[in-house]
Amino acid sequence: MKSVNAVIIGAGAAGGIVAKELSAAGLSVVLLERGKWYTAHDCRKDDLRNQRTTVLGNAFGPGDEGNPRVIVDGKGIPRQVLPSDGAYQNNAACVGGGTLSYGAQAWRYMPQDFRMRSTYGAPAGSSLEDWPISYDDLEPFYEKAEYEIGISGDYSGTPFKGPRRRPVPMPPLPPNREFGILEPAARRLGLHPFHLPMARNSVPYNGRGPCMRCRWCCGFACETDAKNGSQNTVLPVALSTGLCELRTECVVTEIVTDDRGRARSVRYIDHRGNRQEQPADIVIVSACAIESARLLLNSKSRLFPNGLGNRHDQVGRHLQGHHYTGATGYFDFETYDDVGPGASIAITDYNHGTPGLCGGGMLANEFIRLPIHMVDRLPDGTPRWGLEHNQAMRQWHKRSIVIMGPTQQIPTAAARVTVDPAVRDKWGLPVARIEGNVHPHTYDIGEAQAKRAEAWLKEAGATHTSLMSYRSETVSAGQHQAGTCRMGDDPRGSVVNRACQVHEIDNLFVIDGSVHVNNGGFNPALTIMAVAFYASAALVRNWKGTRFRS
Amino acid sequence: MVNRRQVLAGSAAAGAAVLSGCWNGRSRWAFLSEDQAATLAVLCDQIIPADDFPSASQAGAVIYIDRQLTGPYRRHRRAYRDGIEAVEKLCRSRFDVAPAHATPAQQLELARGLERTDPAFFNLLIRHTMQGYYGSPRHGGNRDAVSWRMLGLDEPPLRGRAQYDLTEGPKS
Repeated sequence: MKSVNAVIIGAGAAGGIVAKELSAAGLSVVLLERGKWYTAHDCRKDDLRNQRTTVLGNAFGPGDEGNPRVIVDGKGIPRQVLPSDGAYQNNAACVGGGTLSYGAQAWRYMPQDFRMRSTYGAPAGSSLEDWPISYDDLEPFYEKAEYEIGISGDYSGTPFKGPRRRPVPMPPLPPNREFGILEPAARRLGLHPFHLPMARNSVPYNGRGPCMRCRWCCGFACETDAKNGSQNTVLPVALSTGLCELRTECVVTEIVTDDRGRARSVRYIDHRGNRQEQPADIVIVSACAIESARLLLNSKSRLFPNGLGNRHDQVGRHLQGHHYTGATGYFDFETYDDVGPGASIAITDYNHGTPGLCGGGMLANEFIRLPIHMVDRLPDGTPRWGLEHNQAMRQWHKRSIVIMGPTQQIPTAAARVTVDPAVRDKWGLPVARIEGNVHPHTYDIGEAQAKRAEAWLKEAGATHTSLMSYRSETVSAGQHQAGTCRMGDDPRGSVVNRACQVHEIDNLFVIDGSVHVNNGGFNPALTIMAVAFYASAALVRNWKGTRFRS
Repeated sequence: MVNRRQVLAGSAAAGAAVLSGCWNGRSRWAFLSEDQAATLAVLCDQIIPADDFPSASQAGAVIYIDRQLTGPYRRHRRAYRDGIEAVEKLCRSRFDVAPAHATPAQQLELARGLERTDPAFFNLLIRHTMQGYYGSPRHGGNRDAVSWRMLGLDEPPLRGRAQYDLTEGPKS
């Protein structure tokens, strides 16, 4: 097969951006994606089969056949799980990755999120660290991501944010009823509510129309293509350069290194089941935290007996996502107006600065709750079945508000991805084995956040509330998975350097959520995108013709 | 030599055979037998009984479960087969009738008993019944989006409405 300048593994949030940046700079690129390319026409609005409610399977992959993982629970007992099981920690496998079907909250982390260890000190037993790069390093790339992907919102209401040169390119969507109820309540509490940023067109942008505000958003592909992911923004640009070739349904099995220890090619199984090998000058892994780590660990050779980049046993460690907590408030008036996407108002007052807590998190109202979501969000004490349950559904479905948010996770080195010694997928590759948990301090933060959400709801007039706060048995990685190939200056404590280049292999890069050192108290998509722009810029800067030198 | 009359008679017999293959004694269900489906309907209707609105089985929850048992819920087949059999046995030994013919009070007692004796199956049943009742109509349950109408949601959903509050008075 003809050699190309760069092969990118994974066409998600990061992979799409890297493909666009490299092909626009004149590099020939092959982009490999294990899933299919879905479009707006594949939006089925199926309440039981999407990326959020997966009881009948994942709408956008991976399928339940032949893609197991092994999860080790709190007692150390491993069990095999299917992709449609929550414990699988799935992220969609398709062109666009999670960004095809995400809720599309597009947050910048705050400056403190990049300096967690220097701000708070690491709690005993945690692996809390500083990022090697700062918010200021990333700021221009946050802006680039906001303009190229297309973000609506309005940060002007909050003083708790990093400095920025320009506002987001689109105004927020008109407020829904929940916004109208929660905004004055937050002000009465002395908080600073604002229109949360979303990768969703509120006005025509980038050749596509605005959101039509339907009920089916988070977890679904957008019927009107108003939700901005890599599949409808950067990827079409990459393909239009004529230098980027996207190959879908191609499962990468191994990154091959030469006898000098540099990446030489990528082996994969194409959509017909044939084994292929694509040689390239540089290899970029953008397969999302769990699968990126798995691929590096599965690429064993004489020079790299423990897998690529794993000389110091760092690949797969510090796995994190977000611990979600919050509260549901029940009202004696209608709060539901059937105007999507639902999530509209947020506060970042509690992200940092609480004495005794290492950070906090953003709090926002929840996306529109479909009836199937409401089934187990009824007030405490409601019977699980029978006429009373049915009547409670009628009473509360339109009279409730959920406020919740991603809690800053305190990572540990023991929360990790390895490859399972026994279980294999349908291509014969060892599957990911996920073990460990977040640092218990995470739960302290989560509990504080739940009480804050409850206080906000009560101020807004909730007659009663129920807290959503729990201590999970396993690490919560899911769609927000991050941290398995840490970015750092010290090769003994990280996998990639600040340019996302694997320490020991100069033409191998990991560019995706894996490199996040801490995952902030925000949805990570925009940061993954900003890091991808940042790392691509460094890569293009160092590109000297056909041979890569750093 | 086969004459025309014999050919006609033969094809009529074949037609009858095809028809009987579809209907005669065989279940209308994809996976369940008629009796199993009737018992399942009894259990589903305890989880979501009818009042002004239809019960679970009236809204198609049994159709939903039956259909999924030949698809994504293939892995739950044994649970359903064994669970339903246990309920039928219990009902016959205690009330001397099939669950479908027991009185409403007996049926409720049956469900309460199942919740105590086999919580794993009963929890599965609750989840699947809720899915069949509140999920998308495309999977066989929630007939005519009856549960969504019950909750006061527009069906079919209205598009492009209520973006801007141009009207006075209550909405939605």
